[in-house]
Amino acid sequence: MAQNLEREKLIGMYRKMLEIRLFEEKVFELYGQNLVPGTIHLYAGQEAIAVGVCSNLGKDDYITSTHRGHGHCIAKGADLKRTMAEILGKETGYCKGKGGSMHIADFNIGMLGATAVVGAGLPIAVGAGLSIKLRKTDQIVACFFGEGASNQGTFHESINLASTWKLPVIFVCENNLYAMGTRQSIAMNVENIADRAVAYGIPGVVVDGNDVLAVYEAVQKGVERAKKGEGPTLIECKTYRQKGHSRVDPAKYRPKGEVEEWLARDPIKRLKEKLLQTNTLTKTEIQRIEKEVVTKIEEAVKFAIESPYPSSEEALEDVYA
Amino acid sequence: MRKITYREALREALREEMRRDPSVFLLGEDIGRYWGGAFKVTDGLAEEFGDERVRDTPISESAIIGTAVGAAITGMRPVAEIMFGDLTALAMDQIANQAAKICYMFGGQAKCPLVIRTPFGAGVNIASHHSQSLEAWFMHVPGINVAVPSTPNDAKGLLKTAIRGENPVFFCEHKLLYPIEGEVPEEEYTIPFGVADVKREGADVTIVATLFMVHKALNAAAHLEKEDISVEVVDPRTLTPLDKQAMMKSVKKTGRIVVVSEDCKTAGVSAEIAAIIAEEAIDYLDAPIKRVAEPDTPIPFSPPLERYVIPDEKAIIKAVKEIA
Repeated sequence: MAQNLEREKLIGMYRKMLEIRLFEEKVFELYGQNLVPGTIHLYAGQEAIAVGVCSNLGKDDYITSTHRGHGHCIAKGADLKRTMAEILGKETGYCKGKGGSMHIADFNIGMLGATAVVGAGLPIAVGAGLSIKLRKTDQIVACFFGEGASNQGTFHESINLASTWKLPVIFVCENNLYAMGTRQSIAMNVENIADRAVAYGIPGVVVDGNDVLAVYEAVQKGVERAKKGEGPTLIECKTYRQKGHSRVDPAKYRPKGEVEEWLARDPIKRLKEKLLQTNTLTKTEIQRIEKEVVTKIEEAVKFAIESPYPSSEEALEDVYA
Repeated sequence: MRKITYREALREALREEMRRDPSVFLLGEDIGRYWGGAFKVTDGLAEEFGDERVRDTPISESAIIGTAVGAAITGMRPVAEIMFGDLTALAMDQIANQAAKICYMFGGQAKCPLVIRTPFGAGVNIASHHSQSLEAWFMHVPGINVAVPSTPNDAKGLLKTAIRGENPVFFCEHKLLYPIEGEVPEEEYTIPFGVADVKREGADVTIVATLFMVHKALNAAAHLEKEDISVEVVDPRTLTPLDKQAMMKSVKKTGRIVVVSEDCKTAGVSAEIAAIIAEEAIDYLDAPIKRVAEPDTPIPFSPPLERYVIPDEKAIIKAVKEIA
């Protein structure tokens, strides 16, 4: 049970969520200084999902990610320096500057990459699940996607296939209410994405995506089911994108008061309060953790800024393996 | 040497590679024990290797290719079959945006050793959705290799190379080739990508052709020989990588070239090859480059209509004579 989670694990979750939040605040700041090329899709408000999911996974387990993927990478254990360097387009980045914010991958930790085509990661996660089954290992795949992706054909094709073949995949839908600027109610006639699981004969679970322990527990059950060979689970995490879709979006389409309402349910704030209330951590300890995280991010920024850009010829490498 | 069909040659390649390497597996619609593939290429393989390694899938082309991609980047060597080449359109994101780009956009961290087999081509009156030749779509996407075998020997050798390679391979077959017989060695062999084969030597005109058009070109060449025109037929065997040197070498000898391809003329295979010759070998040419290709229409159903749009021996002979 989550309540009995060992102290270290809880603290680890808090630290990771904070890392993601402060890392992205830094990315936002660097964007303003013209140090981040292109665009960025911030994960602020959704940290409990990446961390709640990845706290169930080991290094050998896999995840697939999306254009809003910084949080997934960091939660899976990616190095902040190489992640930041990639976002800045530097040679020392995970993808040597060829992927950028929307295509970070670290195959050494089972992070199979972020795809920027909405819904495209689902069948790839199914393939990783099939690979696990054929290789007879006890790994798991967690597949992150948004509620917008659940309207793509790949969502339906993939869950049907994973269910039919009983593959060890956890489909994690991060329902942040908006697909770019399109509110969920404009694009579908169901309230819960999880209800769609019925069509494919698998459990569909709705959880509070701003409660890391709720996410953790739901995923834990999904992992148990998968490891027993019973197949995938669809977990819908209700959450909120605190920022606009991308850096250029002021998100004026949101009704008045909605942001404030969700900010009050901020996942990091909630975990912090819980840790204090349960005397898991003292205020001083929390401040120490915050300081450590800030230092770590400053180091990542320094590393990324000081790293060189790739040489032009690098553009011609890696087209083929 | 023994003779087997193109279909049997492909099946032998799959069987041998599955026996050699347990990470090789097959997936696709109706490829398993109940049907054995729409064109029977995988017939009997489920019986030998089991349903786990010869997987019947739902009709979900995007998921078939995406699943193959996910398996390929996590240590497996999937060979996916798309029942008709036309249906690759349904899986285009997974082919062109995912499989083709995974190695590059992740900075070389990942390999995607995936083979997609599919039949192209007209000639059996199954109209616009089951008859196209779309090889050029895949030539246009960096990161994928494109194989176009025209004989049983090439089919087997190239498929084995495709399965053993580290990159995604789009492996084009042709419906009319499946029953064609040809010599195939019984001993183990592979054929490297990017190495063309001169299917017939000649001195006066070079024909570059692929897939079923190689056979039409050879028929045309045999006919032209009677009229004292000596034709050399060069089969690139893979479009990516493309053996430019072999085409160039032939053109240096003959000074004349006809490019024959079953796909649409505009921005097609013949357009690319003609452009390469124009750009890099124009000094060797004694006549304009000729192209024989489909006249930019969908493939019609009725036999006389279909015959009209698909390049035939008569059209090839005419093109050769115009520059010979």
